[in-house]
Amino acid sequence: MKIKQLSVFLENKPGQLNIPCKALASAGLNILTLSLADTHQFGILRLILEEPDKGKEALEAAGCVVNVTEVVAVTVPDRPGGLAEILDLIEKAGINLEYMYAFTARKKDQAILVFRFEDPETAIEVLQKNGISVINRVELFDLAK
Amino acid sequence: MKPELENMIWDKAETLNRDDLAVLQLERLKRQAAHAMNVPFYKNAFAKAGVTPDDIKSLDDIRRLPFTTKADMRENYPLGLMAVSRDDIARIHGSSGTTGKPTFVAYTKEDMKTWSNLVARFLVAGGLRAKHIAQVAFGYGLFTGGFGLHYGIETVGAAVVPASAGNTPRQLMLLEDLGVDVLICTPSYALNLAEIAAEMNCIDRLKLKFAHFGGEPWTEDMRRQIEDMLQIYAFNNYGLSEVIGPGVSGECIYRRGMHFQEDHFIVECINPKTLEPVAAGEKGELVITSLTKQAMPVIRYRTRDIASIDDSPCQCGRTGRRMSRVIGRTDDMMIIRGVNIFPSQIEEAILRIEGTAPHYLIELSRPGALDIITVKVEILPNIFSDRMSEMQNLHDRLVREIQNVIGVRPNVELVKPQSLERFVGKAKRVVDNRKLAD
Repeated sequence: MKIKQLSVFLENKPGQLNIPCKALASAGLNILTLSLADTHQFGILRLILEEPDKGKEALEAAGCVVNVTEVVAVTVPDRPGGLAEILDLIEKAGINLEYMYAFTARKKDQAILVFRFEDPETAIEVLQKNGISVINRVELFDLAK
Repeated sequence: MKPELENMIWDKAETLNRDDLAVLQLERLKRQAAHAMNVPFYKNAFAKAGVTPDDIKSLDDIRRLPFTTKADMRENYPLGLMAVSRDDIARIHGSSGTTGKPTFVAYTKEDMKTWSNLVARFLVAGGLRAKHIAQVAFGYGLFTGGFGLHYGIETVGAAVVPASAGNTPRQLMLLEDLGVDVLICTPSYALNLAEIAAEMNCIDRLKLKFAHFGGEPWTEDMRRQIEDMLQIYAFNNYGLSEVIGPGVSGECIYRRGMHFQEDHFIVECINPKTLEPVAAGEKGELVITSLTKQAMPVIRYRTRDIASIDDSPCQCGRTGRRMSRVIGRTDDMMIIRGVNIFPSQIEEAILRIEGTAPHYLIELSRPGALDIITVKVEILPNIFSDRMSEMQNLHDRLVREIQNVIGVRPNVELVKPQSLERFVGKAKRVVDNRKLAD
């Protein structure tokens, strides 16, 4: 159920975001979603691709520092309170959440949440037990594309 | 309103005509070289060079004597270069170097007197009078700046406020409440002090007239800035602990270079590659021989400081030739906020942290009053994390480790592997954007 996420190190100077994006573009790789975290010293670009292994190769060939981590994607109805309910659950279960980001599905009236948990296995178990729809990569691509 | 400047000579030896000076120098050089033979290191060095003190017949013969380097001083740690018995020393100071152990320098009671007098000379040349109150904002400790200036001020007969370094609001309080006339510190600290004084709106209440700055390189721009802000005259002086401390040279009111105190030192200016003297007025490495030191004579000490020497007469009446500001170094030492730092120390600090490559670049700048040191460090893929907290932690550890070694908080920039220039042979690790040369 886990999904591969690529993280790319970005220096804090103009044009840095363009380097990985260009590398993926010329390799013909599509970005399903991304999130950007930054401080004034550096940034971290997090990407979900349909073909993460190829993506990693292309990024590294372009001189990027790439890290692969596993994240958990869930879907929730795209309505007020959808995210809050899940966060409540995570909090009550005492699961350590590193960060998350969200995007809406193209096809259905649903939002997709991407979570980076310290312990993804336990998190998946808890989420599923509580009736949350944890999706696998095929489902994710289907929703996102 | 800036004060009136008045030329005054503290010691008539400063005005000895050049011919008499040469006679005195030769006589003292012979004696100093003979005295240095009490030090096994110098005895061996002279033997290796095939000279003896008796071979010194003219001042030009100094060029037959062997050079002494910082490495020689380190190898003779702690007090191997002493020419007198331990019983006879009165003071021990140390270099401001932060690489492991300091280089110690010892003084006899007579050396302390000589040193105090040399400091008194340049202080008087730069406006200090017995009626003044002078505040020393150099650190008091092993560093020769604090005590060296302290004794010089006392020798002149002025009052000393031994404020020592740091705590700027307190420094300003002392300056204001005690009506201090003369400030002694590093130029960058003075600029910092002036900026804070301006913020606190207390410059008008200061009575400051003069300042004597040393301990680090600075520029004419900085001088103008400090002088305009504080409405004072700022004077430059030069010295190094290995030779004696402050007191090797200093400016007079005409401020066209720093007069060497040539009755106590012979100063050569050489091409650091060929070791031959440079033409008059050309830049070169200063090489200094002491003429009167008892505890630790130094023979042809290579300072690694680059400057030029002006031998044209000065209207103040002092006959000592004048050195320019120090405009560079022959090694890679940096002076940041008065502290000597080598790139290798920063490298060590970086390597203490797993996951950083030994590829780094040091950038120095001085956007305001203080030097800013920025260290760019390449990260390795295996340390890169998608978690901001881990990356921030890595960044903060680098800042801390480097600060522990150099004593100054650096900016640290993490950069991609392979993004810093690679060098074949000697790497260029430092980019100095401080524009120290005018």
